[in-house]
Amino acid sequence: MARTVAETIQAITRRHLLENRGLLFGQCVSAVGWIGGTVPEMTEEQGIVELSMADVAGAGIAVGAALVGRRPIYVIRYQGFMWYNAAPLLNYAAKSKEIWGVPCPLLVRSLAMEGGIGPVASASHHGMVTRMPGMSVIAPMTPGEWTQAWEWFMSHDDPLYVSEHRRSFSIDYEMESVLNPRADITLLAIGASRLNALEAMKLLAAERITCDLIHLLWLKPFEVTEVILESLKKTGLGLVIDSDFEIAGTSRSIAYELMHAASVPVYALGLEDRTAGFAPHLDNPTPPPAKIVRQVKTLITSELKKVP
Amino acid sequence: MEARSATLGLLPGLSRQFPVAKTIEMFRKTCINHYFELEAARVYDTGIMKIPIYLSEGSEQVPAAISTISSHFLIFAQHRCHSYYLSFGGDMRKLIDELLHRETGCARGMGGSASIHDPSIGMYGHSGLMGDQVPLAVGAALGSAKPVLAVMGDASAEEDYVFGALAYAATKKLPVLVVCEDNDLSILTHVATRRSWGIDEVARSLNLPSIDIADDPWLIAHYVGSFLGKLPALINIRTCRHRWHAGTGKDGEPEWNRLELMKEELRNLGLESEAGEIETQARQTVHRIWQEQLQKPFKQ
Repeated sequence: MARTVAETIQAITRRHLLENRGLLFGQCVSAVGWIGGTVPEMTEEQGIVELSMADVAGAGIAVGAALVGRRPIYVIRYQGFMWYNAAPLLNYAAKSKEIWGVPCPLLVRSLAMEGGIGPVASASHHGMVTRMPGMSVIAPMTPGEWTQAWEWFMSHDDPLYVSEHRRSFSIDYEMESVLNPRADITLLAIGASRLNALEAMKLLAAERITCDLIHLLWLKPFEVTEVILESLKKTGLGLVIDSDFEIAGTSRSIAYELMHAASVPVYALGLEDRTAGFAPHLDNPTPPPAKIVRQVKTLITSELKKVP
Repeated sequence: MEARSATLGLLPGLSRQFPVAKTIEMFRKTCINHYFELEAARVYDTGIMKIPIYLSEGSEQVPAAISTISSHFLIFAQHRCHSYYLSFGGDMRKLIDELLHRETGCARGMGGSASIHDPSIGMYGHSGLMGDQVPLAVGAALGSAKPVLAVMGDASAEEDYVFGALAYAATKKLPVLVVCEDNDLSILTHVATRRSWGIDEVARSLNLPSIDIADDPWLIAHYVGSFLGKLPALINIRTCRHRWHAGTGKDGEPEWNRLELMKEELRNLGLESEAGEIETQARQTVHRIWQEQLQKPFKQ
């Protein structure tokens, strides 16, 4: 049976702690469920370091351990906590090599989730990381992608921000890009929005709208690949979908880059510019399939009108 | 909190119990630090340095005393740390080059005066976020199991994450010596305006060995030595900043002049002539090295 993302992370972490003198830092690691089953049930002596609830200090402690070569994994239970944790991660770990030539290899596992969990715990926040120099950012959703993130981390001496989503933990398959010869639009999806985009494609197909879907894994550095360019030039229209906020976020930034590279209109669809509430009707989730469908239909209609 | 004074916590007769060779070493380092800062100020005033400068004149003896007791720390300091760099064996020429914006500087010009480092002496650079070196130091102690020196100022002591880091070091019994250089000023705002507590009191509340003392180098050395086997620990040291927070300006005379007090103590110990020679030699050596580095081309 194939391994899930959670099992993959757990196995890699176990090996890192046992074989590499690695460390794993986090809050409430060993409490409920060992972070969704992603953390091996090991002891402090074996490298599981339970931090206090002091978020900023905790991140700094992990950075200090990275500076002395322990290649720590630092778990942030909710990506919204990055607003605390960002200071040592983005202001020290990300800059250390550039300022002093001193590497600070640290893997940040930042977990997103959603669904009636309010203004802080919901949403991805990788956009705040991509705008600062010195930190690479990846958003894996499959076992193979998480393994790729890990292999990159272990073969470089830089910090890496892994924008995880709890919806990925049970996934035990890989996701290939979907390319159709007569696609009407190119969807480029990030993180959990990839799952919603797949659902949206099925709904759109029923209305005879065909999509290309390209999964975006590396957010920084972001590479404009031939596959992306060919698809965009073929469809003449793109939409970047993200589980982070849209305004000044990763989706708009990538859309801007692609628009210039492909010379076709590329739009963005991310979280709305409002605070999520706990009540279901006040949530601000990853754009759901129905919303993606509406947006695609609107774009196709409006772009068709522009054709002379 | 105790009132500031040049004699806070002084232990009578301490300098006489201190090995003469250590006293000489401590004074030599203090003089090197002092004349380095005087030269830096002189050159700065010519206008060729286009960076803010943070001079440690008035507290040069603090790292001199610490490093005389132990030179095996990993070091996490912040701005105003030229004297730490020099006392623990950093290359003076590389520091000068750093201040002169050169690629050959200790941080290739990226660090300026505030963010200097030297991996060869275990000294890490500072990011510019005050006090963030304390959690980093705690993490380095956890990861390396080596003794770590974290240096902060009285303003940094108020950063919330400093408490979190001290508390974690206390919980996990990590080998960190935290030194707070307490010059009573956050730029120009006095401690009493900002808080009613002492960081040494906070440390004691966490069951850390802790003391609040004047900047007498023998006293500092005494407590560094006695705390080394009991880490984590914290020492709050009342210092006098002779110059502005940044730059070379002065706002009158300092509350006390520790270098002059140190020389007076050396006279009492019968070491006046040795001290005179050491001071002259330090002044000449530092001046010569500055002159040699200034001869090389530098970027404006």
